[in-house]
Amino acid sequence: MKPRKFDLVRAETTAEALAALSEAGGEAKIFAGGQSLMAMMNLRLLEPSVLIDISQISELSYIKEAGDKLEIGAAVTQVELLSWPGLADRLPLLHQAIPHLGHFQTRNRGTICGSLSHSDPSSELPLCLATLGGEVVLQSVRGERVLSAANFQLGMMTTAKADDELIVAARYPFKKPGEGFAFTEVAQRRGDFAIVAVAAVASGDTFRLGVGGVADKPTVRNWTNLADENLDDELNAFAWELKGSDDIHATARYRRELVRRLGRRVIEEAKACRS
Amino acid sequence: MAEAFVPEKFVGKPIERVEDEALLRGLARYADDYPARLDTRHAAMLRSPHAHAEIVSIDTSVAAALPGVVCVITGADVQEYVDPFLNIVKAPMELWPLAVERVRYVGEALVLVVAMDRYIAEDAVDHIQVEYKVLEPAVNPEYAASEDSPTIHEKCDSNILSDREFTYGEPDKAFEECDRVVKLKIDFPRSSITPMENYVVMADYHPAEGVYDVLANFQGPFTVHPVMCRALRVKNTGLRLRTPSNTGGGFGIKVAIFPYIVLMAVASRIAGKPVKWVEDRLEHLSSATAAPNRVVEIEAAAMNDGKVTGFRLSQLDDYGAFLRAPMPGPLYRMHGVCTGSYEIPNLYVRNRLVMTNKSPSGMVRGFGGPQMYYAIERVMHRVAIELNLDPLAVIRKNLVAANAFPYHAAAGAVFDSGNYQAVVDMAVKEGRLDEILKRRDEARAEGRIYGVGYAAVTEPTHSNMGYITTILTKEERAKRSPTQGTNSNATVSVDPFGGVSTSTDVPPMGQGHATLMAQIVAEQLGLQPTEITCNMEIDTQKDKWSIAAGNYAARFTSGPAVAVQMAAKMMRDKLAHIAAPNLNVPVEEVEFGNGLIFARDNPDNCLKFYRVAGTAHWSPGSLPEGMEGGLSESAVWTPRQLTAPDEKDRINTSLVYGFNIDFCGIEIDKDTGEVRIDHYVTAHDAGTILNPLIAHGQILGSYSHGVSQALFEEFVYDEDGSFKSGTFADYLVPSATEVPEPIILHMETPSPHTPLGAKGLADGNCMSTPVCIANAVCDALDLENIQVPLFPSKISALIHGEEQPPPAQMAVVETKPGKSDSAITGTGSSMVPADPQTVWDTLLDPEKLAAVIPGCHGLDQVAENDYRAEVSLGAGPVRGKFLASVVLSDLVEPTSVTLAGGLDGPLGSSQGEGRVRLEAQDGGTLVSYEYSVEISGKVAAVGSRLIEGGARVVVNQFFSRLIKQVEAPGSVTMGSGSLSLFQRLLAWLGVK
Amino acid sequence: MPKLSQEAVQKINFTLNGEAETGMAEPRMLLSDFLRNVMGVTGCHVGCEHGVCGACTVQIDGKAQRSCLTLAVQVEGRAVDTVESLTGRENPLSDLQQNFKTHHGLQCGYCTPGILMSASEYLEKNPDPSEAEVRDMLSGHLCRCTGYAGIVNAIMATAKERQENKSEKSTAG
Repeated sequence: MKPRKFDLVRAETTAEALAALSEAGGEAKIFAGGQSLMAMMNLRLLEPSVLIDISQISELSYIKEAGDKLEIGAAVTQVELLSWPGLADRLPLLHQAIPHLGHFQTRNRGTICGSLSHSDPSSELPLCLATLGGEVVLQSVRGERVLSAANFQLGMMTTAKADDELIVAARYPFKKPGEGFAFTEVAQRRGDFAIVAVAAVASGDTFRLGVGGVADKPTVRNWTNLADENLDDELNAFAWELKGSDDIHATARYRRELVRRLGRRVIEEAKACRS
Repeated sequence: MAEAFVPEKFVGKPIERVEDEALLRGLARYADDYPARLDTRHAAMLRSPHAHAEIVSIDTSVAAALPGVVCVITGADVQEYVDPFLNIVKAPMELWPLAVERVRYVGEALVLVVAMDRYIAEDAVDHIQVEYKVLEPAVNPEYAASEDSPTIHEKCDSNILSDREFTYGEPDKAFEECDRVVKLKIDFPRSSITPMENYVVMADYHPAEGVYDVLANFQGPFTVHPVMCRALRVKNTGLRLRTPSNTGGGFGIKVAIFPYIVLMAVASRIAGKPVKWVEDRLEHLSSATAAPNRVVEIEAAAMNDGKVTGFRLSQLDDYGAFLRAPMPGPLYRMHGVCTGSYEIPNLYVRNRLVMTNKSPSGMVRGFGGPQMYYAIERVMHRVAIELNLDPLAVIRKNLVAANAFPYHAAAGAVFDSGNYQAVVDMAVKEGRLDEILKRRDEARAEGRIYGVGYAAVTEPTHSNMGYITTILTKEERAKRSPTQGTNSNATVSVDPFGGVSTSTDVPPMGQGHATLMAQIVAEQLGLQPTEITCNMEIDTQKDKWSIAAGNYAARFTSGPAVAVQMAAKMMRDKLAHIAAPNLNVPVEEVEFGNGLIFARDNPDNCLKFYRVAGTAHWSPGSLPEGMEGGLSESAVWTPRQLTAPDEKDRINTSLVYGFNIDFCGIEIDKDTGEVRIDHYVTAHDAGTILNPLIAHGQILGSYSHGVSQALFEEFVYDEDGSFKSGTFADYLVPSATEVPEPIILHMETPSPHTPLGAKGLADGNCMSTPVCIANAVCDALDLENIQVPLFPSKISALIHGEEQPPPAQMAVVETKPGKSDSAITGTGSSMVPADPQTVWDTLLDPEKLAAVIPGCHGLDQVAENDYRAEVSLGAGPVRGKFLASVVLSDLVEPTSVTLAGGLDGPLGSSQGEGRVRLEAQDGGTLVSYEYSVEISGKVAAVGSRLIEGGARVVVNQFFSRLIKQVEAPGSVTMGSGSLSLFQRLLAWLGVK
Repeated sequence: MPKLSQEAVQKINFTLNGEAETGMAEPRMLLSDFLRNVMGVTGCHVGCEHGVCGACTVQIDGKAQRSCLTLAVQVEGRAVDTVESLTGRENPLSDLQQNFKTHHGLQCGYCTPGILMSASEYLEKNPDPSEAEVRDMLSGHLCRCTGYAGIVNAIMATAKERQENKSEKSTAG
């Protein structure tokens, strides 16, 4: 299990990284934290001919408030975000979800944007991005564009990011007054990719449920003024619509079961902690 | 000194381990840490992506030409230097170090590359092209055992290599006369303990002496050494096998390294250089070894009071593609204890061993016990439920009585010592069973799901080499030279300055044997354990060993430890004889302690230990009459209780038999089906405990394996034989958050069969814990039976009843099952804006078809309607190059066609078939299709999450390209669409 | 912008266990292989090479991470600490190491260096953890021998001793 040969670009600025991406013409991969990428390269599932290391680009290593969102640069690790002082109060969903993401040791290196770029359907950060209605900032030598989570996440490990684009930042909306949040997941072991992960946001008469691990990308549903007696049927319909499949760890039926049961659990929790 | 001298005791004390200093500093020496010669080259292997296939051709030319590649070796090359490995049943089943002519499991090695480093070797492996002809596999053991199954070894009549029946007592009578017959069927899964360190082999052929010199993290048994030598066509001296100071876990797994030892030995000969191979985790999980999965049908004859009078046990053990030494150990090493811990005089056993297209099975901690006890303890639980009795009461009712030892079990085991009832009493009291039962009542009153389970296990340790011959009939046994008993070897030496060293015949796997040796030797010689040098390396050319040597069957405490003590006593005796004349006391009054040798009754009359030792080296002429010079004592311990199977097939499979009783309380989450261990108690009697710290650690480790067997671990194969558990993300080894600490209790009833009184205890919980947890789950859910691992998904299906159906208006697409449940299947349709004939022509025109197939670099027609192509495909971020074959058949122009084909590449293989129908509709063509694809090889093993679910997208992509092609021919350029998902294309046509 | 060609062997200047060192590696060489096979630091063990088992965990600039998921060339200018850094070659074991010995927190010892490197960083960050927190931290490491109990106890005991020493010092001072 050793990677194939590649040229390595150690970018020091974003512009250098973008230039290298452009030059590589689709044959490059971005190395941010490498926690998914290097594993796949060691398994030779990936064979980029150029690897662009952006982990040392200081201008991408920032966490800042951008209006009603928190903007997280591409070189920011998961542990850095977890240590951001306002996380628990202002982004309670991320605060609950990140500890489920991998392990202490992988969060030390893995980045927020890297996880979004990998776009695993079971992964926590893409689910939170979708549920909160966040966005990603993409840059290339051609310019910059901002995509909403819904427009960014296309399918199984597939995003709208073009070959020459770099995710330079992700933006997660802050908690608004009156909102409540809840997250939970079932994984075989601590730190594993979730069999099903659910995230809920409640505000006033509205609530929203995001589900990861079932469809080929995180999927979000909104409800307004839903009577409680109809919630189970709504969740059931949602569970079936997600068209989950069997794998060696869980059946599609189990996934639906978790959408129904954990879905209700987090919705109730989110409602209970609206503030 | 006024007070009488009390010799310092170390045996029995929780001495900190002498191994730990080096390990904690990162200074231990594992196999991969040993220095290699400067010209050492590195190996990597091409492994089969197919469960069963003929090797049509192998093209190594590109690989061999890569810079840095030394040589590329195939099975045919190896055949010049080796013979097939021997197997006990002498079946015409040829196991070679590299596959010859056929591959029989996913992961089987067929080509070896030797290169400057492992990176280059892996590069070269990716350039080897193999053409396979895929054969029907046999994966399920019951299917493989049936007449319908394909035969895995063409020279064998069937896949059943041995079918033996045994009757002890009068089982038929017992079943006729009993009040109730309780039956269960067990399907015990495949798993392994996957040591954290993988296999390492470093081989160097010395042509001058004709000796293969190999360093490997081999754990024994060294009964396999002659098997390797026979394969290499040398006498035992021709294979100098060395094992390192430290090994990163064995658990039985590190015997199955032996085919690779032979392979690297030959590779070194062919390459003319030392060759080193460090196995990677993907190789290890797919190909190293596994405990055999087993189908057991068990029947118990029970009386209404809970007394069980007979068992019938039918075991079908799945050894995978080859029977490798020392298989079928798991079936026969447990044979003597087929009646468990119980006084059950009547027993019928049928043992069959079956070959399937899975990786070969082997030795794994517990060695047949987990499978067998799962059946026995499940059926005992079931007897209690059916008779409305308490499960623990049924266990107690049947346990071997305390006054019955030595107890002769029906199939021949001689239980040396014990008091099972007392252990149970201790467990119930100190383990607080009443609290657990109360907790169950409370939980149930609150509507929570809680269960209590029990398991009792008699743990055989220190195997009798003769047990394996039970597989032969007495007539067959009579024809061969006898095999019975075991030897253990140890040496204690003292140097001219009084330095003491010791060695024995056990490669250390991490248990702490050096500490036990140091305790034993230090105690005999009046020194401190830290003063004893334990050299744990083994060198078959220099050390004292015999073929029973090795680290297995928990033999250390009752075998090699005894030999160490014997050698230490011999050394003490010799030193006492040298010292006695100088101390002017009789030999029997010589005492050892504090680094001194002295007169027992007058400790001031003493000599320094090193001075006495020096005499034997510096002044051999002054030694007492008749005494040999030097100070090196070797001992061999040969217990006499281990005899060959008798006329009635009774076999005392092991020297000593420990006992443990477990109980646990588990709670199941009502929403998620997750099983949480609330309280776990395991109470042991393993005779004398030599070091409580180490004993505790062994039980914790064994229990942890039991928990993971119950809840997590399984090697998953699809019905087509593709392997699905290729990474540690797929094969679930539990972490610290999944394994709660149990309560461990001890009693010590010394064994009369071994001088130290100690028995092994490292396997008991591998046998008891899976079934204990399963019994608790059955209790919690009121189930008749359940199979492990108890995934939440499985539990959920049991507790959540019939599923809420989809809303009435929702159309749920029923996917048509393929040839197996594992196939990716799909159906669908798409409108194409052209008439059927145009679509047909596009599909039938190689050039146009090539343009439509995403990632296709050109389609070569090799026969009518038979194409080959090189395609680049990707799934999500994963991309790879594949050789594709596409065959069109059942052509009904222009309305329907069947496309079948396959893909082969470094990422894996697939086979698939799709039927496409064209129907004119609204001026266009409705193209409808159904397909079924099987995927195997690396992508299936490591990327199953990637593979599921991509079909729709690929099909859409294919059709969008098709539409473009028929609308504006030529607008789709070849090779531009490499973004398409690998499986999706696979899913489309089975073009691999 | 430095671009390292796949064929060119690179010179890597970095700090290894407190000493300035230089080694050579191709861009694709993994840090785990570099430490073991080029620098001779065999206390870094390789268990899975896909980031799950944790055996190869080392600290880079003080943070525990997988050396199998890092390229050797990426430690240019940075500080790498392996298990060999925890105590001087001939010094007594550190408190954490000694507790592993006392509490039988290791058997074959193959996973141990990685666990020590995680635990030593973790205890700096969270000096008074609960058992659940320690187990959560350990979930990034696989051990097949110990059933984890001895490891958990060793780490908890170290934290407790350090807390006691700290309070003694503050009382004394």
